[in-house]
Amino acid sequence: MRNAAGREIPEQIGDYIVKPYQGAHATVPSGEPVHSLRTAAKPVAGGTKLIGTIEEAVRACGLKDGMTISFHHSFREGDEIIGQVLTAIRSLGIRGLCFAPSAVVNIKNPSIVDFVKDGTIDRIEASGIRGELGDAVLAGLMEHPVILRTHGSRPRAIEAGELSVDVAFIGASAADMYGNATGQIGPNACGSLGYSFIDATAAGRVVVITDYLVDYPCCPASISQQYVDYVVKVERIGDPEKIGKGAARLTKNPRDLLIAERAAKVMAASRLFKENFSFQTGAGAISIACTKYLANQMEERGIKASFALGGMTAAIVDMYKKGLVRVLECSQSFDAVAARAIAEEPGIVEIDNALYANPFTKGAMLDKLNFGVLAALEVDTDFNVNILTGSSGEMMGGLGGGPDVAAGADISIVCLPVIRGRTPSVTKRVFTCCTPGETVACVVTEAGIALNPRHARYAELKEDLEKANLKLVTIEELQRLAESLTGIPKPIETTDRIVCIVEYRDGTVIDVIREIKKE
Amino acid sequence: MAEKTIRLKRTSLYASGASPVNMVQAVFYNEDVLIYDLEDSVPASEKDAARFLVYQMVKHHRPKDKYVGIRVNGIYSEYLEEDLQAAVRAKPDFLRIPKVEYAREVQDISKRIAAIEEKNGMEAGSTDLIVNIESYMGVINAMEIAKASPRIVAMAVSAEDLTASMKAQRTKQGLEVFYARNAVLLACRAAGIDALDIVFSDINDVEGLREDTALAKNLGFDGKTCIHPRQIDTVNAYFTPSMKEIRYALRVLEAVEEGKRQKKGAVVLDGGMIDKPMELRALTTLAQAQAAGIHVRGKGEMA
Amino acid sequence: MEIKKPAVAGSLESSDCQIMVEPNPGQGISVHLESDVKGMFGDSILETVHTVLKEMAVSEARVELRDRGALDCVIRARLQCAVCRAAEKAYDWTKEDA
Repeated sequence: MRNAAGREIPEQIGDYIVKPYQGAHATVPSGEPVHSLRTAAKPVAGGTKLIGTIEEAVRACGLKDGMTISFHHSFREGDEIIGQVLTAIRSLGIRGLCFAPSAVVNIKNPSIVDFVKDGTIDRIEASGIRGELGDAVLAGLMEHPVILRTHGSRPRAIEAGELSVDVAFIGASAADMYGNATGQIGPNACGSLGYSFIDATAAGRVVVITDYLVDYPCCPASISQQYVDYVVKVERIGDPEKIGKGAARLTKNPRDLLIAERAAKVMAASRLFKENFSFQTGAGAISIACTKYLANQMEERGIKASFALGGMTAAIVDMYKKGLVRVLECSQSFDAVAARAIAEEPGIVEIDNALYANPFTKGAMLDKLNFGVLAALEVDTDFNVNILTGSSGEMMGGLGGGPDVAAGADISIVCLPVIRGRTPSVTKRVFTCCTPGETVACVVTEAGIALNPRHARYAELKEDLEKANLKLVTIEELQRLAESLTGIPKPIETTDRIVCIVEYRDGTVIDVIREIKKE
Repeated sequence: MAEKTIRLKRTSLYASGASPVNMVQAVFYNEDVLIYDLEDSVPASEKDAARFLVYQMVKHHRPKDKYVGIRVNGIYSEYLEEDLQAAVRAKPDFLRIPKVEYAREVQDISKRIAAIEEKNGMEAGSTDLIVNIESYMGVINAMEIAKASPRIVAMAVSAEDLTASMKAQRTKQGLEVFYARNAVLLACRAAGIDALDIVFSDINDVEGLREDTALAKNLGFDGKTCIHPRQIDTVNAYFTPSMKEIRYALRVLEAVEEGKRQKKGAVVLDGGMIDKPMELRALTTLAQAQAAGIHVRGKGEMA
Repeated sequence: MEIKKPAVAGSLESSDCQIMVEPNPGQGISVHLESDVKGMFGDSILETVHTVLKEMAVSEARVELRDRGALDCVIRARLQCAVCRAAEKAYDWTKEDA
């Protein structure tokens, strides 16, 4: 059947019943009480939850074959918790687990692929997969299709009972022996642990793993002791260079700078650009440059923002310190500066990922967002965005919060170059639809700005941008330009076998990824 | 006189013929003039390769909204002959000739271009020329060079080689090239062609660029060559005419229109004659205004 | 044109390609392609290579192409250059005349 994004999807995939995507705001919550595997408990005897090794913790949690385990992604490429835990689990002979991290996981040594190949893991539910694991999944490695969700959809799915976490492993930069834990302090501070809040409250068992024990009580306590079963101290939670990486330097690429400046001009030209507006820019070269250009515009016009949302970078912290933004609501910290700023500044706060983006609560912050700047691998002439698969169909991105921000923000701005090398980024039809076009207001490229006539704010944006003399082109012109440069690519051939289910924020299926046909 | 299309030259940017990615991206910035380069940005070992690349890029992917040219190698270099064979056939709007010192050099090149235009079935004279003055001899001969050929649409001053030839010290303030800039400018005015100012080489000094461009505009230059895309928007902004200049331009054109309607031979405005160069200046002013996004409606109305 | 010696043109920079052309006595044309975009444009690249070789009257050559996402006209330009270098002959631009 064809869903509302025009993608062909079956009614059932294995034991997964497909609810087809019907529109960005079409679904309403069930009205049932939220689901949780957390049970009432008695405080542990002995006044400490410290347990000697990860193996002991796994055994004490009663982890069995077929259960679901989770991790957060706040340690980014520096994570070593996942590898240690999976290794411990494998040594205990536990198999057939569902691996459900909060986002994309790209650990190298050991690689997740190994744990899939040896049967430790046989299901994956994440926001994206890439590298060796991505290639393997696309080649048909896993029996059950991988389920991919946006940031906001993960807590929704857990509360709806679609995803149940039996044991959550929460890596912490600092923790006390009773389970209070945080990412804000410690030698390997990673910043906000917002993605693991749902795991702490809804998982059956919770294990905190840290390399830095502090005196009781750990303060701040992002994760509260009342949810924690065991605490394990390890040698190291990850690579300090990668967890505490320095602020990204401003890109020198003139093309990216042009796109970033243009995106800032779009925001500055909008009638929503006024005192107390709100924005989200994110990480990535263009995003960070855009943050700086936006700050310039704000300084020039004497405008301050009420809040910035989502993943924080040093560039945004800089704006806060200059008094340009009143509050930074951080679901994630992308560098050491942003990580440590939470503990240092009253107006920089850690927030639950659900508060950031869950569509089925009594209000997520991104519903109050004026501007959201999004990256993309590919966008098509219906303004659908692909942030998962690359030009040869390879898995290289992650859903992240993109589809959430696009749906919540008044004006969502997708920034990308028209071509990357010989790969056209603006096409007639994206290979994988992740963010539906109806939620995308604007596409900004080096060749011009295209507004989506089907977006709710099209008329006002058009008026505002024309008044500011910004160069508007149609998305079709951008696609034709890209094609005239690269030539028409040969379409990627796939088999009928579905290897990945791409869910929209509300749990409906917006697209699927099929196995790539072998030569 | 034949109607000439106004081609703005507020900003010129070079794209190196040695770098495919450079040439692909250069079409997206806001420069008025894009020059695909075979000369200084291409090392000797790559001259042949650059020729093939520039030919293909100009033929297949030149931007439609810019004045597009190819800078060939020096007049006495071993590369020039093949450069011309390739460059003329790529059908750019113009060729840019480096280090010109004598009128006869221009005339010689013009003849060679004509021969290739003919062989290739192109309209004779369809390839314009922009000449670069880069030595003291070029400055001294600026007047005769500027008038050397009807192909010449502009003359540019380049400071680096110039100061070396003068045995002068290149400084940021640029007093050592001040005379040269003015000499070339005056020659351009005498010949009725555009004058393009020197590059400001410190790409991180935005304030310095602003000052230098303000000076260029005040001296009377029509544009400036940019060394990096970052400079383009700043320089374009300075060559945006003021409301006063726009109003004056509209009056000039209105007077010309009126003169045509009344079939008058000579047109007078404010007690002075309006000649063809003045009319072209006025058209250029309006084109600059339009390029800067200023809505100019005819007959003295302004948005 | 006769390929007299091995020659290289281009680079491995992004959006460029590096082409090596060498003699292939008695074995006609053989092309080895390595490309970042092989799936999308592999066929198109090979077609361009064969077309250019034909235009330049090259009947025997071994071509090794390592592509980093070069546009078609860049591949064409690099190949023409490599062939001229390998044949030790200048390109006859009059061939481009209308």
